[in-house]
Amino acid sequence: MAIPKVCGIETEYGIMLRGGGESNPIAASSALINAYVAEVQRKVGWDFEDEAPGNDARGFAREGSAPPEVETNLVNTVLTNGARYYVDHAHPEYSTPECATARQVVLYDKAGELILARSMRAAAQILPPPQAIVVYKNNSDRKGNSYGTHENYLVDRSVPFARIVQHVIPFFVTRQIFTGAGKVGTEAAGAPPVPYQLGQRADFFEEEVGLETTLKRPIVNTRDEPHADAQKYRRLHVIVGDANLAEVATFLKVGSTALLLAMIEDDWLAEHDFTLAAPVQAMRRVSYDMTLRQPLELASGSTITALGIQWELHDLARKYAEDRGLEVLGGHEAGMEVLRRWDTVLTALESDPMSLADQLDWVAKYQLLDAYRERHGIGWDDPRMAAMDLQYHDVRPDKSLFGRLSMERLTTDEEVVTAVTEPPPDTRAYFRGRCLQRWASSIAAANWDSLVFDLGSDPLRRVPMMEPLRGTAAHVDSLLEGCSSPAELLERLGS
Amino acid sequence: MAERELKKKQAPARTEEVVEEAPPSTDKGEKLKAELDDLLDEIDEVLEDNAEEFVRNYVQKGGE
Repeated sequence: MAIPKVCGIETEYGIMLRGGGESNPIAASSALINAYVAEVQRKVGWDFEDEAPGNDARGFAREGSAPPEVETNLVNTVLTNGARYYVDHAHPEYSTPECATARQVVLYDKAGELILARSMRAAAQILPPPQAIVVYKNNSDRKGNSYGTHENYLVDRSVPFARIVQHVIPFFVTRQIFTGAGKVGTEAAGAPPVPYQLGQRADFFEEEVGLETTLKRPIVNTRDEPHADAQKYRRLHVIVGDANLAEVATFLKVGSTALLLAMIEDDWLAEHDFTLAAPVQAMRRVSYDMTLRQPLELASGSTITALGIQWELHDLARKYAEDRGLEVLGGHEAGMEVLRRWDTVLTALESDPMSLADQLDWVAKYQLLDAYRERHGIGWDDPRMAAMDLQYHDVRPDKSLFGRLSMERLTTDEEVVTAVTEPPPDTRAYFRGRCLQRWASSIAAANWDSLVFDLGSDPLRRVPMMEPLRGTAAHVDSLLEGCSSPAELLERLGS
Repeated sequence: MAERELKKKQAPARTEEVVEEAPPSTDKGEKLKAELDDLLDEIDEVLEDNAEEFVRNYVQKGGE
């Protein structure tokens, strides 16, 4: 049985120290986050006790691959909206709180951009002028270095992992036609000349399935770290996605993926097999093909386009919705909104992709750059094309090229501002966020699946939160309102 | 899945829809393009001064 698709996105932002001074990305990332934290909020440390990113979803030990490092000495904080904001390797990283719908992910992802923009302003107050930290919401430096935007989805542990792998690979390869954030040129060794491609990340994938995220990147990442009851759940950690600025792109990316996973859980795709003959090569083939007409070879020997696979999966999803309903997408209507958007976007991609310039990043960026190119009579290899590609993702409101385009919105500015400090009401992030708003000074550490209270005299008290859908406003509002202190809360919780 | 089944679903059913939906999409495409022209008139003020140097200096190491 499909389970609710609790989901979220982690984004590593590109970072630069400008205006002189030695650019050390770790120091700059720390300065950025510290500046924000100092300005708006008391810092709460993150609890690493349950972090085990080296666990493998396939259930066997890794061979010859080093486990990802968790750098416990770096800046790391939890925000009152339930998000985590920290230094990951050499980047500032923002991870949305757990969300119940795709639309909510869009909202908290946008709140992340605003948090980064505020952080830059806060850091500017501290740095000696003219130094400034600038961040970019993209996935590549155009020199072969890539950093990730990872999605997470709650999945039923009882579903065989091999079944997930079978169905998500063709989906991930082909969803690039709407998830791509666009890129000038290519960074893949030995690739043919590519003036412009759909995705930021396709150049960097070398395997079908694996645990790595930085070397030999796999289309399906097997990190098995559910941050929830491990007997019941897994967290599918999706590393193939781009950092989207377009709200519609984020919405459809998360919504369609959640819907696909629900179908996999209900074994709705059992009689359908879109296994690709060469998935890794297909990642690039799809990304390099702006015509959306290149056929992909299936393992069965037949061929189909990326759009064709997306239509097949969309049509299966429509039947699934009619038969089973879409409650697991955070409510049937929220699910139907995903299905409708999937339909209209695929229809437009088929007839007139450029009409999606207000909805999809790769189209928006392409149209802007192409128009500039034509006006100035320059080629795609002109440095201005690469510069505009980067600047599309600049998070500073006055510099962002994305920000100058009239894009369709699914959120309002007011909602985004609220989401910077307020948690989503219908996941456990609500309990985490509310406790931090009220009793930050009594919280020794916070994690996805626990809060640790320090009441002074007693030993630290850990409140486990192993169920992502418990601790919602409906569950805990009256409890929290009835408590005047953290001690009272712990007493009532009986922990 | 059999090849015949895939082909059958892909081709005819969708091309018919395309004909009906194309005109409004194109209108919208034209409108977006007109807005873009206005944007291009003022974009040079925002663009990074030295494109080549900016691109060269944008180096990111370590991630994920």
